[in-house]
Amino acid sequence: MSKQKESLVQHHVAHHFDTAEQEFSTAKLGMWVFLVQELLFFGALFVAFFVFKYLYPEMYVEAHHHLSWKMGALNTIFLITSSFTMVMGVRSAQTNQRRATKNYLFATMLLACSFLVVKYFEYAAKFHHGLLPPHFFFGEGVHQTLPIFFGLYFVMTGLHGIHVLIGIGLIAWLMYRNSRGEFNSEFYTPVEMVGLYWHFVDLVWIFLFPLFYLVG
Amino acid sequence: MAHAVNEGSYLTNPKGWKSWLLTLDHKRIGIMYLLFIVISFALGGFFALALRLELLSPAKIIFTAKQYNQLFTLHGAIMVFLFIVPSIPASLGNFVMPLMLGAKDVAFPRLNLASFYIYVFGAIFCVYSMISGAADTGWTFYTPYSTTTNTSVISMTLGAFILGFSSILTGVNFIATIHKMRAKGMNWFRMPLFVWALYATAIIQVLATPVLAITLLLLILERTIGVGIFDPTIGGDPVLFQHFFWFYSHPAVYIMILPAMGIMSELVTTFCRKNIFGYKTIAYSSIAIAIISFLVWGHHLFVSGQSDNAATIFSILTFLVGIPSAIKVFNWLSTMYGGSINLKTPFLYFLSFMVLFCVGGFTGIMLGALSLDVYFHGTYFVVAHFHYVMMGGTVMAFIGGLHYWWPKMFGKMYSEFWGAVACFFIFVGFNMVFFTQFILGAKGMPRRYFNYLDQFQPLHAFSTMGTWVLGLGFLIMAFYLIDSLINGPPAPANPWGGMTLEWHTQSPPVTHNFDVAPVVDHDPYDYRRIDG
Repeated sequence: MSKQKESLVQHHVAHHFDTAEQEFSTAKLGMWVFLVQELLFFGALFVAFFVFKYLYPEMYVEAHHHLSWKMGALNTIFLITSSFTMVMGVRSAQTNQRRATKNYLFATMLLACSFLVVKYFEYAAKFHHGLLPPHFFFGEGVHQTLPIFFGLYFVMTGLHGIHVLIGIGLIAWLMYRNSRGEFNSEFYTPVEMVGLYWHFVDLVWIFLFPLFYLVG
Repeated sequence: MAHAVNEGSYLTNPKGWKSWLLTLDHKRIGIMYLLFIVISFALGGFFALALRLELLSPAKIIFTAKQYNQLFTLHGAIMVFLFIVPSIPASLGNFVMPLMLGAKDVAFPRLNLASFYIYVFGAIFCVYSMISGAADTGWTFYTPYSTTTNTSVISMTLGAFILGFSSILTGVNFIATIHKMRAKGMNWFRMPLFVWALYATAIIQVLATPVLAITLLLLILERTIGVGIFDPTIGGDPVLFQHFFWFYSHPAVYIMILPAMGIMSELVTTFCRKNIFGYKTIAYSSIAIAIISFLVWGHHLFVSGQSDNAATIFSILTFLVGIPSAIKVFNWLSTMYGGSINLKTPFLYFLSFMVLFCVGGFTGIMLGALSLDVYFHGTYFVVAHFHYVMMGGTVMAFIGGLHYWWPKMFGKMYSEFWGAVACFFIFVGFNMVFFTQFILGAKGMPRRYFNYLDQFQPLHAFSTMGTWVLGLGFLIMAFYLIDSLINGPPAPANPWGGMTLEWHTQSPPVTHNFDVAPVVDHDPYDYRRIDG
């Protein structure tokens, strides 16, 4: 630990705060409020999902057979594990373990990338079979309303995928700042905030997976 | 307290246009917002003048029917998304709220600047829509028309989508600021009521705006890749769009009116020189309005085929909004009772609000009644109602607040005489335009029509002439306000005898707001403390 201390960058409390404690608790409150708006953002989509599930239950059952639950399950494992490595990353930052912070953040990033790779193969299969949003749909199915399911599928998993991408960018930014020795037990706000964001992204997937893949 | 103006005030310290564009100072960001918001208001107002001109006679005067549809869409979209939603919180709120709390800045100054640039970025898309075959859907973008028209719907909705994030981030910032940045000794019930109103507004901004964002995104995707959920030809439901849209847009009208109510509370105490009547009920009624606002969206869909049970429940919930709103109005009236009333320009707008908002509120209750709404829905009665609330309410309070804090913002006094003259023209002009429309609506004139029966012409012509009176009022205001910046006498720190903290620093304030961090040990409007 003493070896790492050499290159620590001292954090300065921003001019409009009185104490570091006030600064940290303000950032945390802001982040939670931001996540509430994220919840509402996805919430409307979930409402749409349930409205059409209620209207066309048989179509949903047919549609979910076109999705691979194994790939979905694999991705679920990736994301849950990444939530764990993220927590450990935050913990390491709080306890001045710079190297461990780096490793955990890197593992989180790797898992996030694996998620996107699996998603790529899933999307490719859908493109191949024409199971696409209505304007591009050329797949085969019993129900006429099938394109609605895939419209929702691509919008919801696509938006979630964009959130994963943003998460990867944020983790890369954390790793850069960590390499400069900016985080320690006195100051780890960005790690904690990105951590909160990352858990939210995971949580969205925890709902998307059973809803889309395990309808029956 | 007569500080020499411009001695290191936020306006000139630091110097240079770059220091403005990259500023993190909430006061400068508020001023930049104010500039853009006023430009948007002028643009939206120009479209209103143009479309009212076309309605002078039932026959075509200047514009074709399609151009007319584009005009009212641009008027609505600009006024709602570029002007009225950000108007009070982002400009006056940004400037005044941290001062009122005794803080040095908002909680996240960089986020504040980002909100401003997101706003500008969104505005660019709206302007692009204007010049590339403007949308003709009305500001509500109802499907299926909005997914099939060949006008520039995507750039307008994308603009509104981006503007939504500006609004959300301002809300996040304000909530964190109000929770964490209050001066020593300022507990929740020592906050000025404008701050309470901004807090309630921020809650709605954070909870409702994302739903609008996703709805507009779905509309954009529907037009590009197709999502299907709004498309009846493959089993989608266009009415779902209306539900989504109003889930945001009804709370959004409270985003527009709540900050206005906050300004009203400030004006009434200062210009009656009396403690506010029922501080806590006003504070709680703001929160109550914010909560109820989420449960009333169905009153926009009484004739869209929702079930009778749903319509009845939405109707009852709609009446409930009247209660906290009326509490506020009665409390303001009671504050005036026995006060020493000072009829300065801001207070003239306070009085205008009281009259116009009550008319708007009562007609809102009428529209919330099921049987009446079936008759009034889609007529000029609705147009008149929401202009009484939005313009008669929010815009009056915005102008009142602008005049109230003008000396604080720029350190200059304007002409009280011309202020009163402008207010007179605006009040008279406004009623000419919109009271006429209540009558038109009651007689059955449908809204958004290019053409009308000859029998409606006298009323339409009168309404159009009202817009000229109204426009003249705003023109006078523009002249004397700009003149005050150049020739106005310097403003003292506290020209109106206000009690809240923003009056305890010089006009205009120093860059870091207060030379000595304020400590609060009394109620915000405790006039007995100084008047004995």
